[in-house]
Amino acid sequence: MRALLLRDLMLAIRAGGGFGLGLAFFLIVTVLVPFGVGPQTELLSRIAPGILWIGALLACLLSLDRILALDWEDGSLDLLATAPLPMEGIVTIKALAHWITTGLPLVLAAPVLGVLLSLPVPAYQWVVISLAVGTPALSVIGTFGAALTVGLKRGGLLMSLLVLPLYVPTLIFGAEVARRGAEGLTVQTPLLLLAGISFGVIALLPFASAAVLRINLR
Amino acid sequence: MSLWEYANPVKFIRTTDKVLPWVWTLAGLCLVTGLVWGFFFTPNDFRQGSTVKIIYIHVPSALMAINAWLMMLVASLIWIVRRHHVSALAARAAAPVGAVMTVIALATGAFWGQPMWGTWWAWDPRLTSFLILFLFYLGYMALWEAIENDDTAADLTSILCLVGSVFAILSRYAVNFWNQGLHQGATLSLDKEENISDVFWFPLLVCMAGFVLLFIALVFLRTQTEIRARRTRALLAREGQA
Repeated sequence: MRALLLRDLMLAIRAGGGFGLGLAFFLIVTVLVPFGVGPQTELLSRIAPGILWIGALLACLLSLDRILALDWEDGSLDLLATAPLPMEGIVTIKALAHWITTGLPLVLAAPVLGVLLSLPVPAYQWVVISLAVGTPALSVIGTFGAALTVGLKRGGLLMSLLVLPLYVPTLIFGAEVARRGAEGLTVQTPLLLLAGISFGVIALLPFASAAVLRINLR
Repeated sequence: MSLWEYANPVKFIRTTDKVLPWVWTLAGLCLVTGLVWGFFFTPNDFRQGSTVKIIYIHVPSALMAINAWLMMLVASLIWIVRRHHVSALAARAAAPVGAVMTVIALATGAFWGQPMWGTWWAWDPRLTSFLILFLFYLGYMALWEAIENDDTAADLTSILCLVGSVFAILSRYAVNFWNQGLHQGATLSLDKEENISDVFWFPLLVCMAGFVLLFIALVFLRTQTEIRARRTRALLAREGQA
């Protein structure tokens, strides 16, 4: 398992295009928003938590097809499937690698981009915490979507259509944590619910992803 | 004699052929009775005026929008466990019907909301979760269309249906948490004191029965079509080989 994780991380970093791309996309989205809604500071600081969350979500979505599609094309997925590692383990590792290469950089970049959007000071820690808790769920759900559409030629758009509705609960609770943090309200309830979604998804969804992947490899 | 006999496509088509005219007739009767009764022979609401009559389409279609997904869930489970093709095809056949019901519920809701709430759309929990349900229908149908191999498509869509159901319920509670709504709570429960008045309730009941029957008829018909289409394709493929 560790070997697979290392391999995926290496590929993501060395093969180019994967690692920095999500981060750059996040940056672009954040830069475009003020052009769209105007540069007023008070308006920006009100919508900043939500923008950061939506930006992170879209950046995650953009990189999903890399989780499995490349391995599917060159046949290494078939090799992995015949390896002694259970399919559930493979998809979990794939999701973990995706989170490390996409989710974690987003979490770390969020405070920097928060400055651009004049995020209120008390909100910084909550944006980071909510993203840190929520992005693993995004990666795991996304792996499910990637597994569903892996065999398709032009699966990208279809995958967005399938994955985005599944992202709704995570987005609602994550953005709620960030918003309440920004307004200085108590964040305990949405934060616990967000963590509940993350843990529940990590525990259960790999089984569905593995089942789907087995069907696709049949 | 067990229920599983209808998993045989020939048997299914033969039986539904016999049943379908009756279901169509009953559905038509219920709908005509319920709608005519509701539109012309019930009083206007003292506050809502005649707009209250939208209820005879709005509520039954919303009911069927949710129950269609439930039916797809059951059919998907049957396909995963027992691998009866008719079941997978029935789930496929139900999806567009359910999606249309969702659109009808949303559209009539908008027509009702405009005079009553002063807005076509509000980010109310019920409205929002219906919109999300519609997105789930879209994704489900798109996945069916995208995959060429029939068995793979049936497998993948049924798993999507299972996962989607969990997430649809999650979204329902999440949006509840996220925003307070304009939409009223349940007023059709059997065990509550403050319910809709009987004058509106009885024609509504007939309308709901009509929508249920209409849904059954449509799903039977569409499943038959799917079975026949697949048979045609199999025949064509055999011809091509010969």
